[in-house]
Amino acid sequence: MDLDAVPQEGNATLDGHAKLMYARDAQGRVVTTRSRGWEAEEIVTSHAVDVLVEQAQAAKERVAQGLASPLEYWMYERRMDVALLSQTSGFWQWRVRRHLKPKHFAALPAKHLARYSEALGLPVSTLQGLP
Amino acid sequence: MKFEHQQAAHCESGVISNLMRHHGVPMTESMALGLSSALSFAYLPFIKLSGLPLISYRMPPKAIIKGLLAPMAARFRFETFRSPEAGAQRLDALLADGQLVGLQTSVYWLPYFPPNMRFHFNAHNLLVYGKDGDDYLISDPVFEEPVRCASADLSRARFAKGVLAPKGLMYYPQAIERKTVDAASVTKAIRKTVRNMLAPIPIVGVRGMRTLANRMQKLSPADPRSVDFIGHVVRMQEEIGTGGAGFRFIYAGFLQEAAVLLDKPQLQQMSERLIAIGDGWRAFALKAARMVKGREPVDPAALAGKLREQAQQEETFFRDLKAVVA
Repeated sequence: MDLDAVPQEGNATLDGHAKLMYARDAQGRVVTTRSRGWEAEEIVTSHAVDVLVEQAQAAKERVAQGLASPLEYWMYERRMDVALLSQTSGFWQWRVRRHLKPKHFAALPAKHLARYSEALGLPVSTLQGLP
Repeated sequence: MKFEHQQAAHCESGVISNLMRHHGVPMTESMALGLSSALSFAYLPFIKLSGLPLISYRMPPKAIIKGLLAPMAARFRFETFRSPEAGAQRLDALLADGQLVGLQTSVYWLPYFPPNMRFHFNAHNLLVYGKDGDDYLISDPVFEEPVRCASADLSRARFAKGVLAPKGLMYYPQAIERKTVDAASVTKAIRKTVRNMLAPIPIVGVRGMRTLANRMQKLSPADPRSVDFIGHVVRMQEEIGTGGAGFRFIYAGFLQEAAVLLDKPQLQQMSERLIAIGDGWRAFALKAARMVKGREPVDPAALAGKLREQAQQEETFFRDLKAVVA
């Protein structure tokens, strides 16, 4: 990539930060320069964020309809999935899945709620409801 | 502590080159990447990040740091901890001692990251150079300026769980015997990278690229999850840990330094060829991103074809590089 081809497209996901990049200058030397971001990166990052936001939104609706526990919403809100929440909380995946159901979640003892609270970095009272 | 922050393109090579410079070793980021033979490619379908396979364009975390130990005749201490309290205590003690400390952390739990960049990725590297009240003073090499982070947040980031969990990993040098890079270790490092890239293992090097291409070929254009997969490949390439094109441009910088150090002008030509290959990766990323955005019809087979082209070019490139340093 030539120095003048280094993208300065103002990638919104960088939130105003600049990246350091390596490019070729007019003499053919590899030099470093700052980039304000690239469209391709913005597209794929926003896409990944959007997928997570949609999952959280869908979960929120299911919670409102009584089909899912608030834990499902908070899991996606924290950009996690069942596998990651299982690794972070120490519960087996099948147990996490079970706790995503309102009935089982409501019956959770305080010490289990505390594990989820720790894993998600949220107070228990927040976990038990929707924002 | 008097510490000079310098921005880098990639976290681990940035951390280690800043750390080396702090200890009086003139080391560029590209030299750190090249000398540690960290350029690579790996397609690891059995390691899942949010249900999608890990695709890496470099050797696993810590490889850059460990790869510099022999050529610089250095000894580093690596420590992990069972509890965040023990980890914080040790970090504070080292800082009080005037040590510059490297840490492996999660990205998600670092509040100074832009919100849309905060994903659960656990192999980020940064340097801590001091503490001010409850805030750690951090040189995060991918940022333009040094940043601050509250102790509770840093602790969470250091002890995040999941894939590649850092377990509070910290590292610092105990001795760096050699202060300059010698030609022999550069030659050795290039040979090792060539070996990795041409390895007869289906998930590593150019063969790994072909395996990924085959996987991509099988994606159904109609399935919405195909778009997630395509976007993920580009994110692993461009956003998470610099990626394909990024690393190839950094390595081109290394080959340029090597050309002078080894007095082999052919390496300068190899450097230029690698820049062209990096441009190919960027063209691939742009095409893929356009499909994700819906500006172009989703066509996994076309992307697979482009990947195979990249693999072919890299195969020829590394064979020629092997001949240059033979």
